[in-house]
Amino acid sequence: MSTMTALGRVSPTEKLQRWLPKLVLAPSMLIVLVGFYGYILWTFLLSFTNSSFMPSYKWVGLAQYARLMENDRWWVASKNLAVFGGLFIAISLVIGVVLAVLLDQRIRREGFIRTVYLYPMALSMIVTGTAWKWLLNPGLGLDKMLRDWGWEGFRLDWLVDPDRVVYCLVIAAVWQSSGFVMALFLSGLRGVDQSIIRAAQVDGASLPTIYLRIVLPSLRPVFFSALMILAHIAIKSFDLVAAMTAGGPGYASDLPAMFMYSFTFSRGQMGMGSASAMLMLGAILSILVPYLYSELRGKRHA
Amino acid sequence: MHNQLAKPTLNFSRIAIYATLLLACAVYLIPLIVMLLTSFKSPEDIRTGNLLSWPQVITGIGWIKAWDTVGGFFWNSVKITLPAVFISTLLGALNGYVLTMWRFRGSQLFFGLLLFGCFLPFQTVLLPASFTLGKLGLASTTTGLVIVHIVYGLAFTTLFFRNYFMSVPDALVRAARLDGAGFFTIFTRILLPMSVPIIMVCLIWQFTQIWNDFLFGVVFASGDAQPITVALNNLVNTSTGVKEYNVDMAAAMIAGLPTLLVYVLAGKYFLRGLTAGAVKG
Amino acid sequence: MATLQLRNVNKTYGSGLPDTLKNIELKIESGEFLILVGPSGCGKSTLMNCIAGLESISGGAILVDEADISGMSPKDRDIAMVFQSYALYPTMSVRENIAFGLKIRKMAPAAIEEEVARVAKLLQIEHLLGRKPGQLSGGQQQRVAMGRALARRPKIYLFDEPLSNLDAKLRVEMRTEIKLMHQRLKTTTVYVTHDQIEAMTLGDKVAVMKDGLIQQFGTPQQIYNDPANLFVASFIGSPPMNFIPLRLQRQEGRLHALLDSGQARCELPLGLSEAGLEDREVILGMRPEQIVLAPAEPNGLPSIRAEVQVIEPTGPDTLVFVTLNQTKVCCRLAPDIAPQVGETLNLQFDPARVLLFDASSGERLGVVGGAQAEVHAGNVAQFKGR
Repeated sequence: MSTMTALGRVSPTEKLQRWLPKLVLAPSMLIVLVGFYGYILWTFLLSFTNSSFMPSYKWVGLAQYARLMENDRWWVASKNLAVFGGLFIAISLVIGVVLAVLLDQRIRREGFIRTVYLYPMALSMIVTGTAWKWLLNPGLGLDKMLRDWGWEGFRLDWLVDPDRVVYCLVIAAVWQSSGFVMALFLSGLRGVDQSIIRAAQVDGASLPTIYLRIVLPSLRPVFFSALMILAHIAIKSFDLVAAMTAGGPGYASDLPAMFMYSFTFSRGQMGMGSASAMLMLGAILSILVPYLYSELRGKRHA
Repeated sequence: MHNQLAKPTLNFSRIAIYATLLLACAVYLIPLIVMLLTSFKSPEDIRTGNLLSWPQVITGIGWIKAWDTVGGFFWNSVKITLPAVFISTLLGALNGYVLTMWRFRGSQLFFGLLLFGCFLPFQTVLLPASFTLGKLGLASTTTGLVIVHIVYGLAFTTLFFRNYFMSVPDALVRAARLDGAGFFTIFTRILLPMSVPIIMVCLIWQFTQIWNDFLFGVVFASGDAQPITVALNNLVNTSTGVKEYNVDMAAAMIAGLPTLLVYVLAGKYFLRGLTAGAVKG
Repeated sequence: MATLQLRNVNKTYGSGLPDTLKNIELKIESGEFLILVGPSGCGKSTLMNCIAGLESISGGAILVDEADISGMSPKDRDIAMVFQSYALYPTMSVRENIAFGLKIRKMAPAAIEEEVARVAKLLQIEHLLGRKPGQLSGGQQQRVAMGRALARRPKIYLFDEPLSNLDAKLRVEMRTEIKLMHQRLKTTTVYVTHDQIEAMTLGDKVAVMKDGLIQQFGTPQQIYNDPANLFVASFIGSPPMNFIPLRLQRQEGRLHALLDSGQARCELPLGLSEAGLEDREVILGMRPEQIVLAPAEPNGLPSIRAEVQVIEPTGPDTLVFVTLNQTKVCCRLAPDIAPQVGETLNLQFDPARVLLFDASSGERLGVVGGAQAEVHAGNVAQFKGR
């Protein structure tokens, strides 16, 4: 906003001061333009080429996307994402809300319990995956422990069962993230206006009714934030699969992020890998854009 | 919301609440306990006992072997994480400072563009980034990873500081300018000293993000430059030889301890970082 | 100690947007106290920021001691400012807050120490020097903010609504204190406020602003007695000036205003005779204190009988409301006059002090230069003499 230049008698130090902010922001601007948008565009271009082990710029139009659509493994990965994402989000939300409501009942040692619920979030998905891979080990893990404890017929071999291996991913991911959902809702609950609850109590509502009809509905924004973050985690999930199943058995537990990695970097299918990356971006945008739209609209109405 | 009207009495429903909460505690804690127990067992013990059985002999052999395998990569992670955390935090602070106190035409647009980086699926930038690192001769180096983490950490660090500085009255900056302070003096003498909480949040957030990263590590670094997460994954998923679960678990503990320690010591800031990303400012 | 002159200052935030400041022209002498007053959004704070160098101007020049400073950075202008929010550095103690500007200017530590002590004594904040701003009350923070400005001994002080965050009692106290300080230090000061009492009590010169334009620039007395237009007349004064819309009539070559209280009528002969004013919609302005109780013996001044509708005793005065020409009119009477609601009072005005404004443009009618003011003076003397 330096319309000052019209006057043409700005001192040199003042000129420098006026340029400094732009100068300081310049590296970050460059990073964002090149490293974010330039690279996305680059990947977008690659998805229209026949790049294999090395990038090539021979235009093949939508051929890579067509190949992707015909690729069985891509469909398994997409279907897995739907199952994994749906279950992971739903279960994490339910557990998170229930724990938050229970913790809100003036619990002794609440701080300690909260810490316990939340610590998995500090761990790498690789560590989580390693731990759960061991826990779910058919033959030595929980499988054996419960039989040792006297449950003779107990069988838990989901990790090697192509139809059920996705549920293993769900279990580990829920363990890691549900505490975070709890924390989000708990801070939401603490922000609820006390007088509303008192009014409801005076009206004779029972505690469960108050929560179900008054308190939880008022936490809609928290709910959408949590939904947004969980969906984001689900779509980007890569390390958990890598550590727990490496996509196996076969490619039964593949997720798009894993698919993209192995086609791009191990199998020399850069073109198709790029196409799959662009579809992942599309998936993120398809939840991000409506979310931001409703956010902005809500702000304007407020 | 605390229900302050009804005085909690020990009745059936309260017992049920406590029972549920404690059961949940057990579920969250069991994997950690199993990891610890297994890491101190002998392979023999692992085969004969079960997950929660107490070790017949407590042995540190798992930890020693694990450290031999992943110890070097642990230091790689340190070498990657520390510079990346500090530089990305500093850049985020400077960006936030300019975006709130020295706005200019286009700075808001830039912030919008940057914000999208919080949601960016990194798969869309992996290939160009690896070409670039290759061109710069930084492929498979820890320096390359430091750069990548700074670049893609910028969105969050800037968001943290920008939101924090939004609540600082800009009259402070105007007063300091009249006092004769320049751009950097105001930043270091006025803004930074009052930003200790958000600096903590940002450092801890970046530390856990970068330490726990696997995707960038596995794509941009191979061999000697691998971070510990990649090394751990390689160790756990090698199919050759007899599986030594005690070593796996010890290695997993080694990889997880730094962030766990930070969480225990500074959980308050950790939580604020998590929710700051979620509950937008 | 410096003169300050604004020459045709303009400020715009971009083509297409309305100008924030339009051709601002004013000059104050060394040691004078200038008030910038106006409703919020009038451009007064922008103008102050432009003088400080926190915002650049789009055209014109700002001169301090005849030297153009409009291209200088704030730190080179030798100007200090007190902010509405005080803007104390929260992590620094009071001592460090006051010393900050001196340190930046590389003053010797011993000299800084001495200067901080001088300012602290002046403002009676010696006992607060070790505290952080968060541990101070609003009034104390205000003093520290002033101390920070005083310590630099700048050429010009700027005050940006410094009292508006204080409670009513403290505000009056600090107002007096600022006036005292200025009388002692005699530093050129620019003071922004939206409070017309502050404007009247503190200023040597007052600039009334609206929509980026200076509506009137003059001494508080000129602004009060001789407002340039309807806006200035309505903005300054509490209770505000009465405005009675009416139509002028010409009788025997002189212009008259006809007042009607419902009970009685009164023809107010006006001290002006220009052609073209008759049969025009005008607004007649009278300050509440200019409407007085008519003495028992007629004195030749016009008077009118009107029914009392509301009474508001304020202590020093009694405000009495009557209706003239279907407009509620406030009269400020002595407290010992204790009328009853419904009672009829005989009220009297001095036609020479009545102001006339154009109903559509709001401009003053019948003012030729400063002639009106002199007419006033004469009439007032005459009025009092009777």
